[in-house]
Amino acid sequence: MATLSTTVAGGQAFLGRSWRAVRGLRRAPLIPLAIIVIVVFTATFAPLLTPYSTTTPSLADRLTPPAWQEGGSWSHPLGTDALGRDLVTRLMYGGRVSLLVAIFTLLIGGGVGTAIGLISGYFGGRIDAVLMRSADSTLAFPIILFAILLVVAVGPNLANVVIAIALVLWARYARVIRGEVLTLKERDFIARARVAGCSHLRIVLFHLFPNTINTLLVLLTLQVGWVIIVEASLSFLGAGIPPPTPAWGSMVSDGREYVDTAWWVSAMPGVAIMLTVVAFNLFGDWLRDTLDPKLRQV
Amino acid sequence: MQRYIVMRVGQSIIALMILSMVIFALGRVTGDPVILLLPPDATQEAEDILRRSLGLDQSWPIQYWKFISNAVQFDFGDSIKAKRPVLDLIGPKVMNSVRLGLAAMVITLAMGIPLGVLAAVKRDTFFDGGAKLIAVLGQSLPQFWVGIMLIQLFTVQLDLLPAAGTGGVTHYIMPAFTLGWWVAAAIMRLLRSSMLEALDGEYIKMARIKGLSEWKIVWKHTFKNALIPVLTFAGTYLATFITGAILVETVFAWPGLGRLVYDSIIWRDFPVLQTLVLMIAAVVISVNLVVDILYAYIDPRIRYN
Repeated sequence: MATLSTTVAGGQAFLGRSWRAVRGLRRAPLIPLAIIVIVVFTATFAPLLTPYSTTTPSLADRLTPPAWQEGGSWSHPLGTDALGRDLVTRLMYGGRVSLLVAIFTLLIGGGVGTAIGLISGYFGGRIDAVLMRSADSTLAFPIILFAILLVVAVGPNLANVVIAIALVLWARYARVIRGEVLTLKERDFIARARVAGCSHLRIVLFHLFPNTINTLLVLLTLQVGWVIIVEASLSFLGAGIPPPTPAWGSMVSDGREYVDTAWWVSAMPGVAIMLTVVAFNLFGDWLRDTLDPKLRQV
Repeated sequence: MQRYIVMRVGQSIIALMILSMVIFALGRVTGDPVILLLPPDATQEAEDILRRSLGLDQSWPIQYWKFISNAVQFDFGDSIKAKRPVLDLIGPKVMNSVRLGLAAMVITLAMGIPLGVLAAVKRDTFFDGGAKLIAVLGQSLPQFWVGIMLIQLFTVQLDLLPAAGTGGVTHYIMPAFTLGWWVAAAIMRLLRSSMLEALDGEYIKMARIKGLSEWKIVWKHTFKNALIPVLTFAGTYLATFITGAILVETVFAWPGLGRLVYDSIIWRDFPVLQTLVLMIAAVVISVNLVVDILYAYIDPRIRYN
């Protein structure tokens, strides 16, 4: 009897939880989600969606205005740049660079940061002091300078940009995950795991880590926007992915010379950055409120 | 307290040393200067002579020691592009950057503090929504793009403000705003949440019971306490300001250190860049040191942690 009633109660709790999840999902911010889907879709399938090349100049079409402006045409809806290259095409391919850099830096920086946070929080003591001191120094340092130095010394390419940004990114993960581990460590199930004779590695990997996944997901989403802005800043300064590969930051920079005659060349990639970043931030905010409201302060 | 200060100073020196080693190592991977300096048909003998005269035949630790002892004596070598000592390039630009930084800080505080307080006091109203919008945009718009769009609007369309360079007060408006907005957004968000927390405190209820004016409750009792968490991030804000200055000075052709960073990227001028990074790092690390010591002074718990 007892087993039956607990099962039923467990079942109700489970139903309640999944119902909450569904209701939460219904309140998901639709516009940000739509923007994210569009950016990911157009970046992935760019070659199938556009007849134009990102690099081949077409001087006859140079500085064509967007379609709704006088002199514009629907063959180039957002106009062309100074070499006559279609802006929509370059924006779609530029999204590839932004998303690739975001994915790789978050995997590397987030992975390393999480590992350091787990070690730091679990073992504590001197290891913790040294690791957290380094994390704090990293956070208080204008690391973009370091990224620039690295890229100038070793040469600009995707891998170096990723390494440079990941070198900054780990610190925030390490800080937050460590904080999480410090509270988890005091809970009974960790003490029981220890009594049951689990090794340190097992406790960290199978008992602590799974309990930090919500926090990690929220943090990853909230950081996509930041990574995109840093990558765009680097490429704006000429320390990102080198031309002629289109990147949103270098596209804004390309348009600077034409700010008085062709506003769209700089404006469009900036709008793309803004929409993508706002979308990821709002989606991250929602995810945080749904999964992990105590992260509010981050 | 003394023990804490000694420890923190020691940590700062270690941080600066690690950084200088990284910069030195990066300088070595930029390529062999001997090959860059000599014509391609130079003999092995000529290469050896040049290598010896540059000190490149010595071991890495000795070369690093030379690099450091020169740096301590403010000898940072010559710029590749300008062919002049790096310090001559940097010297005249320092004050320009400081002035822009101060102007931006004024704008940051003038925007961030009133809006953060207003958003918390008038929670869930039109003001709160407006402040939130300003904050979200401030942290989502890339600064370099904001700068270009401001030039587009206020210089090209309206012909009100100068687009580039230094001069009168009007030259400061757009760059200082562009630079200040980002940090203002961060301060606003943090201040709003810490104000909300402080407004919940027992002492605020007490102040209300005592019949204090709302103005006094907000500014004298709540704001003062809400400011502490905001100040904790002073070091992070400084880092953000420096990053922003590189972008903003580039957009507005401001003759400061940030613009010099950009020029040295374009010319791949490593000696200039490494000096700038080292100097900025020294400033950042010192500021953080001072902030931490002040904190330990105010809050004794930190000293024993």
